[in-house]
Amino acid sequence: MTGSLLFEAIIFLAGAIICVSIAKRLGLSSVIGYLLAGVLIGPYVLGFIGQEGQDIMHFAEYGVVVMLFLIGLEIEPKNFWNMRKTIVGMGGIQVGGTMLLSYILFMLLGFEWKVSLVISMAVALSSTAIALQTIKEKGLLETTFGNSSFSILLFQDIIVIFMLGAIPLLSNSENVTSVDKHQNLLDGLPMGFQTLAILLSVVIIIVAGKYLIVPMLRKVAKIGVREMLIAAAFLIVFSISFLMEYVGLSPALGAFLGGVVLSNSEFKHELESTLEPFKNLLLGLFFMAVGASINFIVIAKSPFTIGGLLVAIIAIKALVLFITGRIFKLKLDQKLLLTFSLAQVGEFAFVLLSFAFQLNILAQEQLDIMLVITALTMSISPIISMINERLILPKIGTKESVKRPMDHIAKTQKIILVGFGHFGSTVGRFLRSHGVEATILDQDSNRVDFLRKMGFEVYYGDATRVDLLESAGISEAKILICAIDNPSVTKEISKLVKEKYPHVELMIRAKNRYEAYDLLNLGIDNIYRESLDTSLSLAKDVLSKMGFRKYTLTRQVQNFIKYDETSLRRLAKESKRDDNYIFKARKEMEEQEQLLDQDFKRGIVDYDKHWDSEHLRNTLKKTNNS
Amino acid sequence: MKKILILFAHPTFEKSRANLTLVDHIKDLEGVTFHDLYERYPDFHIDVKREQELLDQHDVIIWHHPFYWYSCPPLMKQWIDMVLEYDWAYGPQGKALISKTCINVITTGGSKDLYCSEGTNSFTVNQFLRPFEQTANLCGMEYFPPFAVMGTHTLSNDQLTQHGKEYAKLIDLFQNDLKITAAEGCFFTNNIPQLKQN
Repeated sequence: MTGSLLFEAIIFLAGAIICVSIAKRLGLSSVIGYLLAGVLIGPYVLGFIGQEGQDIMHFAEYGVVVMLFLIGLEIEPKNFWNMRKTIVGMGGIQVGGTMLLSYILFMLLGFEWKVSLVISMAVALSSTAIALQTIKEKGLLETTFGNSSFSILLFQDIIVIFMLGAIPLLSNSENVTSVDKHQNLLDGLPMGFQTLAILLSVVIIIVAGKYLIVPMLRKVAKIGVREMLIAAAFLIVFSISFLMEYVGLSPALGAFLGGVVLSNSEFKHELESTLEPFKNLLLGLFFMAVGASINFIVIAKSPFTIGGLLVAIIAIKALVLFITGRIFKLKLDQKLLLTFSLAQVGEFAFVLLSFAFQLNILAQEQLDIMLVITALTMSISPIISMINERLILPKIGTKESVKRPMDHIAKTQKIILVGFGHFGSTVGRFLRSHGVEATILDQDSNRVDFLRKMGFEVYYGDATRVDLLESAGISEAKILICAIDNPSVTKEISKLVKEKYPHVELMIRAKNRYEAYDLLNLGIDNIYRESLDTSLSLAKDVLSKMGFRKYTLTRQVQNFIKYDETSLRRLAKESKRDDNYIFKARKEMEEQEQLLDQDFKRGIVDYDKHWDSEHLRNTLKKTNNS
Repeated sequence: MKKILILFAHPTFEKSRANLTLVDHIKDLEGVTFHDLYERYPDFHIDVKREQELLDQHDVIIWHHPFYWYSCPPLMKQWIDMVLEYDWAYGPQGKALISKTCINVITTGGSKDLYCSEGTNSFTVNQFLRPFEQTANLCGMEYFPPFAVMGTHTLSNDQLTQHGKEYAKLIDLFQNDLKITAAEGCFFTNNIPQLKQN
C-alpha cells in the first residue's frame, strides 16, 4: 500500500512538473498544464491512475476550500458588504439565465423534466478553481472583470446549498432513506429552521474568528515554532469545513467567510504565506484529477452527442455571461473576459450529478455523459480564454490608440514610455512637469482609459508587438523608456527595439543586478536598477541616525554607486561566460558573498584627502622632522 | 539679550580637531542657534525661505568655517548666493538684514606670520575676507573683524581649548550687545580688550 501510494505521488508530481513547465514555456496558464498532465497519466492514455481519480478529486477539493479562505483574507468585511449587490445581481442573473436556457435545451432534446432540471442546475455552476486560479495568475482580481467573476462564483457557492436541498424533493423513488446521501443536521427540518441554522453557523464563524481563532493564533505565535502556525492554519480551515459540512453548507463558502473575518487580524499575511504553496499544490492535484477523470470510452461511444452538447452548453453559458456583463455595463473587453472565463461547468456538477444519480433521478448513461462533458468544459475553457486574449481582445475593447494633436516638443523629440505602473507613472509625471509628454504604452485597459481622460497619448496593448510600437511612432522616436516590472518582457522589448530600431536610445528599468547583467549583455547601456538608489538612501539615513555626518555619507553613497556600477559591468562579462543557469541561485549567493567581502575589506574609502586637516598636519610634522 | 545665529560650514567636520573643539564650546549655549549647513543640506539644496526666516529671528550672524583656498567651503558660498536675495537682503526693497551684526569665525592651518606681504600667502586674512566684508556692508550689516584661530596644525589641544573658551566669551559679549567701536583698530576681534579681561 505504501509502495503504491509512493508510486502515485511520484506519477502526480512528475506529471505536474513536466506538463506545467511545458505549458508555462508556451505561455499558457498552469491550469492547462495540470489538466493535460491529468489526461496523460489517466486511465485512458498512460494508465498510471485508475478509477481512484475520483477519490483524489474529493481530497483535492480542499484546494478550492483553501483558495477561498485565502481570497477571503484579502477581502475586508467592509468591501464584502459593498459587493452584496453585484453578488446577488450578477450571480442571480447568471444562474437563473443559464438554468432556464439549458432546461429548455434538454427538454427539447427529449429528456424528462426532472433530469433536465438537475442537469441545468449542474450546468449553471462554474468552476471556482479554474476561473479564480487563472484570474489570480494573471493578476486580474482587482479589475472589474475579476470582481464580477468573483461575485458570480460566490453566489454559486451559496446557491448550491439550496440546489443540494432541492434535489431530494425531485426524487420519487421510495428508497431515498436507504441511499447514502449527505448526512447532516438539517435533514428533515423545515425550510425555516434550515435557514436559521445556516445563519447561525455564519454567526458562529464570525464570533469564533474574533474571540477564539485570533487569541489562539496569538498563543501559537508566541511558541515561536513555525510549523505550529502551519498546523494552526490548517486546523482553522479544516474546522470551518467540518462545521459547514455538518450543517450542510459548502465548505468553500465557510472558508471564505472565515477568511473575511480574519482579514483584519495581524495574522493575515502570515496565514497567506503559510497556506499559499499548499493551496497551489492541492489545486494542481485537483486539476489533474479532473483531467484523469475524462472518460474517453464514453466519448468514443457517442462522440457527436457529447461534442454537440459540449458546444451547446458552453454557448449557453457564454451567452448568459455576456448578457450579464451587458446588464451591469461592463466594458466590451471586460465583458468578453468574463464570458469566456466562467463558461465551463464546475466541480459542483460532480457533486450534484452523483447525488442525483444516487437518488435515481439520473441514469448511469446520463451521468457518464454529463461527467465527461463537465470535465471537458473545464479542460477547454482555459484554452478558449487564451484564444480570446490572444486573438479577439487585441482587436476590440479599449482601442489601441486615439488620435490626439501633439504639441511641439512631443513632435520633435518623441519619447515612448512603456508601462505606467508605480515606476512608470513617477517617470511620466516628472517628464510631464517639464512639458515633455511621453507616448505611453500600457496593458491595463482601465488605466489606459483613465490616462486618456487625463490627456495623455496612450496606446493599449502588448509592447512586444512590432505593429503596436510602429503605431506609437517608434520609427521617429528618440528614446524608449521601459518601466515594466516583468523582466522577461523587458528583455524581449529591449532585444526587439535594439535589433529593429537601432536609432532609438533605450533606458531600461531593471529589477536587480542579475537582470542588469542580462540587459548589459544584450548591449544596453542605460540600466536603472530599482534596488540601488532607494536602498542606499535608506542605508544612508540609518548611518546618519547613528551619528555619521550627512554630507560625508552623501559622498560615500555616490562613491558606492560608482563602484557598484563598475563592478556590475565587470561581473556581467563574467556571467556571460557560463550560460548554465541551473545553479543560478547558488551562484548569486557566492557572488553576494564576494561583494560583501570586498565591501568589508574596502571599508569607508578615503578616496581623496579633500578638506582633511589632520592629514595635512601629519605630513607637515613629517617634513619638519626630517 | 541678542540672538546669535552660527552658520557653520565644514565638509569634513568629524575629522577637524580644531573645529570639533571650538564648536564644543558654543553649540549648546543659551540663545545660540548652531546651524550646521553641511548636515542640513548634504545635497546642496538650500531651503531659501527657511534660511531667511532664521536670519529674521536673529541679531548676530556668524559665518563659521575653515579658511579653504583663502575663502569659505563651497556650501557657504552657495548659501550666500541663494539666501541673500535681491530685494530681500539688498537692493531698493532689501532691508531684511539692516543693522544686524556680522562676523567671520575662521580656522586656518597656516600661522599668522604666513598671512602678510612678506609671508607665503602675500596678503592678510582681512584682505582675503574683503568679499565677505563687502557682502555684509551691502546688506547693511555691521561687519566685525574676523575671529581667527590660526596655525591649527601646530596648536596643542590645550591651546585649542583656550581658543574655544575665547569663542564662548565672544558669544557672551555679542549677546550683551558688543559695539562695533570696541573693535576699532583691531585686525582680529580676538584682540579686543573686552575678550582679554578676566
